[in-house]
Amino acid sequence: MLDWRKDVDAALEEAKRTDRPALVDFTAAPL
Amino acid sequence: MYPDPRVEALIRDNLVPIRIDVRGKPEPMERFNVQWTPTILLLGPDGREHHRIEGFLETGDFLAQLLLGLGHVARARGKWDEAIPRYEEVLARHPDGDAAPAAQYWRGVARYKKSGDPAELGATTQAFKERYADTPWATRASVWG
Repeated sequence: MLDWRKDVDAALEEAKRTDRPALVDFTAAPL
Repeated sequence: MYPDPRVEALIRDNLVPIRIDVRGKPEPMERFNVQWTPTILLLGPDGREHHRIEGFLETGDFLAQLLLGLGHVARARGKWDEAIPRYEEVLARHPDGDAAPAAQYWRGVARYKKSGDPAELGATTQAFKERYADTPWATRASVWG
């Protein structure tokens, strides 16, 4: 299972800190 | 959800995955200019968008789009030695998908940017004469040859 981040700003900060790209999945399906 | 283990592995090994449930929460959609779901964005580490996938795709096409997007992120950062193999992976593993002609085009751009040799662009024009000739990407590359 993927560790989906739910806090966008925290995840983008993580991406910046770790120098990794981010995938943002917008969904209306039940999670 | 992504039931295919190849998709999970590609995301886990290369990306920080963020999921936004848009139901009743329009703010993130407005922030990223998203009007429809499913929409997937690939952002660079600086938060800039480099690739957008809109609508449902079969697994193979989805994998190819993720690889294409990773290529775009690397290319935008001037990391030619990361970008070119991403595009080549699209062409090798998903040659019949929608992402392949785009990968062939952007591989040519990345090769040219890496070497500074315009012959790379001409070679790409030639490659389009051999494959993907009937795609809009061939037209875009036609001015190079």
